[in-house]
Amino acid sequence: MTTRLLHSAVGLAITSAILSILIFRLASPIAAVFELSVCAGLIFAIFISSITVTQRVSAERLIIRKKERLRKFWLLPIIIVLVAAALSQVHFQMAFNLPAQTEENNVKIILWNLRHLDLLGQIVILLTGAFGVVILFKEWKND
Amino acid sequence: MLSLFLLLPLLGIIILNLPIKIKMQSVALLYVLLLSVSQVIVVLFHPDGFWNRPDVWGRFFELRLYVDNLTLVLLLSIGIVVFIAVLVAWHKITEPKQRLNFVSLVLISLIGMNGTVLLADIFSLYVFIEITSISSFILIAFQRDLNALEGAFKYIILSSLATVLMLGAIASLLLFSGDTSFASVSEAVKNNSKNIIVISAIGALICGFFIKGGLVPFHAWLPDAHSAAPTAVSVLLSGVQIKTLGAYTIIRLVTSVFGYTNSVAYILMVVGTISIIFGALGALGQRDFKRMLAYSSISNMGYIVLGFGCGTALGMAGAVFHMFNHSVFKSLLFVNAAAVESRTGTRDMNKMGGLASRMPLTGLTSVLASLSAAGVPPLAGFWSKLIIVIALWMSGYHAYATIAVLTSIITLAYLLSMQRRVFFGKIVEEYKEVKEVSFGLVFPELILAAIIVGVGLFFPLLFNSFIMPISSFLK
Amino acid sequence: MINDMSQLFWMCSIGAILVFITGFYCILVTFNLIRAIIGMDLLTKAVTLFLILAGYVTGRTGLAQALAITLIVIEVVVIAVAVGVVLCVFRHNKTIDVKLLRNIKG
Repeated sequence: MTTRLLHSAVGLAITSAILSILIFRLASPIAAVFELSVCAGLIFAIFISSITVTQRVSAERLIIRKKERLRKFWLLPIIIVLVAAALSQVHFQMAFNLPAQTEENNVKIILWNLRHLDLLGQIVILLTGAFGVVILFKEWKND
Repeated sequence: MLSLFLLLPLLGIIILNLPIKIKMQSVALLYVLLLSVSQVIVVLFHPDGFWNRPDVWGRFFELRLYVDNLTLVLLLSIGIVVFIAVLVAWHKITEPKQRLNFVSLVLISLIGMNGTVLLADIFSLYVFIEITSISSFILIAFQRDLNALEGAFKYIILSSLATVLMLGAIASLLLFSGDTSFASVSEAVKNNSKNIIVISAIGALICGFFIKGGLVPFHAWLPDAHSAAPTAVSVLLSGVQIKTLGAYTIIRLVTSVFGYTNSVAYILMVVGTISIIFGALGALGQRDFKRMLAYSSISNMGYIVLGFGCGTALGMAGAVFHMFNHSVFKSLLFVNAAAVESRTGTRDMNKMGGLASRMPLTGLTSVLASLSAAGVPPLAGFWSKLIIVIALWMSGYHAYATIAVLTSIITLAYLLSMQRRVFFGKIVEEYKEVKEVSFGLVFPELILAAIIVGVGLFFPLLFNSFIMPISSFLK
Repeated sequence: MINDMSQLFWMCSIGAILVFITGFYCILVTFNLIRAIIGMDLLTKAVTLFLILAGYVTGRTGLAQALAITLIVIEVVVIAVAVGVVLCVFRHNKTIDVKLLRNIKG
């Protein structure tokens, strides 16, 4: 069970890297750098926690689980194929007529001058994260 | 000075966590009680100097906050429920460091909810919804017992599903409008209203809000989270959070941004009706006091959405009034649950009996809250349900109106059965010696009961001055 | 140039949809709470890519990047809290296994 979990975490890391490259190619360099650096720390946290919660599972249980898993969701690939076929019939037009862009296109100016409410929100969320870590990760005294 | 609603709690959090050697917990209690009371007073007495003056620091940073009548009703509810929640928590949590953490998290939740009702930009709406949700994840898991952790985890997973739906919708709407403010998005929706992407974006956004508000079929997290959380947190969640994140956002977006089409009305009414029926049936068979109250919350959220889905000004007024009423009586019921649990140590209703003779005040307020919830005159709940049913009948939705009235009878049934099991009937042996709870819990009960009775009795006076102007933003 | 742009667009959108489906599948199928968190993270990454893509197509890359940065901050805090909850569950009874998850899914 441990190795499968680590495989998932490694998969997450690789997906994050590929996504970061794609974002860079989509003319958004700052977001790409941010994503790469922040998610690197996040995946590190997930790795550490998944190593902490290791557990030995016997081989028979693994096989039983795999069978149960496949049996529960055999319908899923069929649904995906159907939805893909339906979506391909819809015509997406690429010409979106937008109101003319009057403001700056520079990320820094937008973030710091125009969206103060989002900045306040980010500060409060970081505070919340700090409180969450303090409350949830503290050692238990009565154990 | 609207940004004080957001900045004063933030200032409070910073002050409370400074490493100064004074008795922080009394400062914390005083601060948050004063803040919530001042929020209620500012809404009720409406001093011009507060609402009309622009911010003093407008040159340095500008928070674009707007107020109208719907916002005022919600700010009032938020103030009242935060006041009650902190009083209940003070009774139950005794360690100073934990009290400080609790008050800080409640202040963060206050920032989130105030922000949600005051702003006019869909991405900032998402940010503040997330602030409220994250603080409630931590609050649910506050005492770190196993049921609460499970409830919190289920809520986290479903909430992130709601996040993904909302963000997908915001990104799709960004394709059509240049900016994320309500004005430009509503412009874009009006110009492109037949586009399949726009229609699915609106659907996804409304589904995201249904998940946050605990409406069927996305209610799976609500019974576990609301029943396993510490009772003060249940008061906050069930009393005001599901309404701010679920009902208020739907009302605001449908009226200001999307426009009121037939399909939206249809979806709202169907989901509302299913929630009413499902919540009522779910509450019938429950043994756990708080779980029953959680299912009752689902049912009442259904009433709010049904009243709003009907489309007329009267329906909207009924829905908003029901939001306020539900905050008050649901908070009162949860405070009673906290009182009963702290004296008897259990939440299993089948084990209790005859407590009204030993805990008279709790029993009396519980009867008042149950009658208000079931819609019995002349208490406040009767008026809001009556307005919703009349609005439905007058718009020609006779079937929905009949279902709403019939489910009221089921509501009366389960609430009365709860009353009989817990408060009346023969007193059980082991609880013969319980006494009334201390003043710390009786005080919130009395305040809430006074509000229920007062609003109910003075309703005809309030109708034209307070209730009807609520829908003035509809056009 | 148009060809290049539309090829990039299709590649990115198919990538986003694939990551979305993988994340959703992860949450549905797993018996393990950490993998549910990984699935949740994948879903949010897919939607971040979609947001940047919307910005790219319309030319408003500045706005899209500002939104994406805020989104990444929020995602980090949500996942940190979720990992905290799972670790607390683990400390309670030394397992994050099937039975516990059945309790949750029920």
